[in-house]
Amino acid sequence: MIKRTSNLDKNKTINRRLFILGSAKVGLLGLITSRLYNLQISEKKKYETLSDKNRFREWKTPPKRGVITDFYNNIIADNKRVYQVYLSLDETNDFNNSIFKLKNIIGLSDDELSKIYKKKQKIKPWDTIMVSENLSWEKFSKLNLYLHEIEGAKPVLSTSRYYPYSNDLVHIIGYVGEASVNDIKKNKKIEENFVPGLKVGKIGIENSTDQILIGNYGIKRYEVNSSGKKIKEISYKKETQGENLRTTVDVEVQRLAQKLLDNKAGSICAMDIYSGEIIALASSPTYDPNKFTYGINKKDWNEIKNNKLRPLVNKSIAGLYSPGSTIKPLVALAALEYGIINQKLKVKCKGHDHPYELYGQKYHCWKKDGHGIMNLRNAIKQSCDIYFYEVARLLGVDKLSIIAKRYGLGSKVLEDIFPEEKKGLVPSTKWKKQILEQSWYLGETVITGIGQGYIQTTPLQLCLMTAQLANGGFKIKPSIIYNNNFDYDKILSKIQSEKNKPIEPNILKEKDINLYEKLYKNPKNIKIVLDAMYGSTNEQFGTSFRSRHKDKKYRYAGKTGTSQVRRITEKDRELDLDTSEIEYKNRDHALFVAFAPYDKPKYAISVLVEHGGSGSKAAAPLANKLIKKIIDRDKDREIKRKELKII
Amino acid sequence: MISSSLNSSNYSFFEKLKSVDYFLILLILLIGSISVFSIYSTESGDFSFYTKNHLIRLAAFFLLFLVLSFVRVSTWYRQAYTFYILGLLLLLSVIFFGISASGSKRWINLFVFNLQPSELMKIAVIVSFARYYHRIQTVDIESYRYLLQPIILLLIPCYLVITQPDLGTAILIAGSGIAIIWLAGLNIKYFIYSGLIVIVSLPFIISILKPYQKSRILTFFNPERDPLGAGYQIIQSKIAIGSGGMYGKGFLKGTQSYLEFLPEKHTDFIFTLFSEEFGFLGSILLIFLYTLLIYRIIKIGFSCRSFFAKLYCFGFSSALFLYVFVNIAMVVGLLPIVGAPLPIMSYGGSSMLSIMIGLSIVMSCKIYSKEIVSN
Repeated sequence: MIKRTSNLDKNKTINRRLFILGSAKVGLLGLITSRLYNLQISEKKKYETLSDKNRFREWKTPPKRGVITDFYNNIIADNKRVYQVYLSLDETNDFNNSIFKLKNIIGLSDDELSKIYKKKQKIKPWDTIMVSENLSWEKFSKLNLYLHEIEGAKPVLSTSRYYPYSNDLVHIIGYVGEASVNDIKKNKKIEENFVPGLKVGKIGIENSTDQILIGNYGIKRYEVNSSGKKIKEISYKKETQGENLRTTVDVEVQRLAQKLLDNKAGSICAMDIYSGEIIALASSPTYDPNKFTYGINKKDWNEIKNNKLRPLVNKSIAGLYSPGSTIKPLVALAALEYGIINQKLKVKCKGHDHPYELYGQKYHCWKKDGHGIMNLRNAIKQSCDIYFYEVARLLGVDKLSIIAKRYGLGSKVLEDIFPEEKKGLVPSTKWKKQILEQSWYLGETVITGIGQGYIQTTPLQLCLMTAQLANGGFKIKPSIIYNNNFDYDKILSKIQSEKNKPIEPNILKEKDINLYEKLYKNPKNIKIVLDAMYGSTNEQFGTSFRSRHKDKKYRYAGKTGTSQVRRITEKDRELDLDTSEIEYKNRDHALFVAFAPYDKPKYAISVLVEHGGSGSKAAAPLANKLIKKIIDRDKDREIKRKELKII
Repeated sequence: MISSSLNSSNYSFFEKLKSVDYFLILLILLIGSISVFSIYSTESGDFSFYTKNHLIRLAAFFLLFLVLSFVRVSTWYRQAYTFYILGLLLLLSVIFFGISASGSKRWINLFVFNLQPSELMKIAVIVSFARYYHRIQTVDIESYRYLLQPIILLLIPCYLVITQPDLGTAILIAGSGIAIIWLAGLNIKYFIYSGLIVIVSLPFIISILKPYQKSRILTFFNPERDPLGAGYQIIQSKIAIGSGGMYGKGFLKGTQSYLEFLPEKHTDFIFTLFSEEFGFLGSILLIFLYTLLIYRIIKIGFSCRSFFAKLYCFGFSSALFLYVFVNIAMVVGLLPIVGAPLPIMSYGGSSMLSIMIGLSIVMSCKIYSKEIVSN
């Protein structure tokens, strides 16, 4: 009996305990279920993303840059095939070992090695690192032979920038280099298309047209397993090449221009006086852009940087010079337009013994013995300073400033292509008051009349000025990148119809003038000036007479200029040294502007030789050769232009 | 001839067949087939080594289960301590003849397959504890004489297993034993006191843990502590389960396991693979099947007359629940990673063997439910 009750008790206890345990089990099951719900339903997105992150790896393939050509389709910035080797970090177990083996096979220097280690710290552990970007074929094939021994090494056939004309176009095209943090930050297109080893334009056209040239990267998407081994390719998007770019430059003219400037510091610009197309934009000295593609070495860089002739400066657009006598046609035009003088005005130039005097200050002509009695045409032709002191005095600096600005001085010519382009300076009384907070002196007007003093111009501005005189006085917009929608004949007919339009009454006031509209008040004044420039080159006693072309086909009109780099003292004047006897840095800059052919003008040029001495001796002779080349090429250019129009 | 021998035990052969729990068999077969498909999936749909082995073991041990089901429950009762001592001897032999793998010594070579005695010990503890408490009256349980014996019986195998080292199995053995002590009716205060003692001595316990065990526990609290080392398993397991979503990625389409991000996917993390491929719904279904299995065993326990059978069934069901819970809680990140397989699902002979033996005793309890056991 006792046993029975106690057994019943025991049974009850067990059942009660089982019930408590069962309740606990239900509770725990609920816990697991809610956890599963939390993982699989609430946070599914998060874990799905993590799972995809696990299994997919992307390999971005760098885009191919667009090719840059000259006007005639000559490739001036090309892509060449290069052999590279990358190291995929997630496929190497021992990075140091792989690098060491690579070092032995392809021969890396300690410098390169430390660069690689530096790069490695910046990237993610599954990224790829570029070990060498330009291997020789021998090393590349040797690498392929030993490839199975090096974990994670990836030989890659890629393309890289190559400049077939090396030095000759560097100031126009610029060069490329590895994208820096700054490049990525500044340019959205670069940011969007960044891949390790991407090359971007650093200066010049390469830089300013990166947007167009860069293209879009490709993506290879792989599924990988936990050890990073590729299982299969999931998707592939081919990289696209950037758009090709045609420039207005003529490689032949450019190369000649560069050759003419050999061993000199200076600039040569040439442009079409109607379309504004820049045919040559030479600056000397130059350097080899190909050296920058893989990062220039220290020695080469120092050599370029320390060169006293400053090869890194694009003198055509970023060099500032006093225009010297090349401004005289413009001074004459301004005086004629405002009706201050007529072409019959006569001034007597009496030589150094009787200089021009203003308030006790003496102003000398460059010619020791004087020119004698000069009229306007002779004063331009023989470049008489005394005559222009007088014209400038009569004209006043503010009127001169309006005309100078109108014809292209004092503002950037190309604007967005070269960020380093300078705008120069055309002084006026207002400018001096505002900027220097001083009043203007008449003496300053006088020297501005011969292109000295405050006035500062770039060689390209002088070329534009000459072009806008030579085309009969019409506003043009220079360009260096060829525009497909450009219609040359339309421009000519537009200018033709502009000619017949009535003159606006306030044309001589400071105002903006639209493209291809008249810059002048009276076309006769332009003719007077151009005729005087003809005399300067083609008649005896003209300053560039010795550099003239006798053949009518090449006949051109020009104006020399000699710009002082320092004030000429009485002592200098007495010594009257030859250029070669003066210290290099004190020698005058030689300038020359011209247009050709004279009968039917089409091209304008400017030549500048830094510290070259006189314009007639150092600059004009270069123009002679250059103009011949440009005229010879004219026919080809017309043919090519027609071809492009058809396309 | 055969029938007469069976008759002598008061049960006719047909009676026995009639009292077999076919629903239990159905549940075992269902979970068993799910396990085969899961192992098949771990090999990316390739019928090779693991799948073959698993299938063979499942079939062999299922047959063993059927045969052992007809062993009288009184035989189990009588041989309970023999089973325990056999288990203990095997555990001791591991120390001398054991095979080491990845830093722990858990197996002995039986030529056919490597046996993990600690797995057998799981069942031996339940059987011998059921026998122990079969005779003790509720009033006597609290006396120190009766309390000390089971504690010693539990501590010896637990100590041997911990030193292998195999924390997971030791916890499961201890858990099974404690469950029966609880069911037998030991006063709740003892559980509360010992719980407090464990908490107080926790720092001491942690200090004697092996470094890898310590790091696992630290990692449990913060898996991102070492995402590529100790935290890797749990992070990858959570990613796999989470990315499965409501309906799963589909059979053989679990990328986490196929691409080998999932560690130990055949064994401890088989639930993760299943959950990735069959999603929330599949997981719930599998858990439901286990719940049914446990429920069925409890039901059998109720139908038994003897305390031994009752205590065994209730104890085994609790142990089974513990195995399932610890394993799933571990792979979903609710518990630290301690090696604990999912019954039937996980690849592994010893675990399968012990579960099948355990289930066969349950079946024996059912078939001989009217039997009153005695020495």
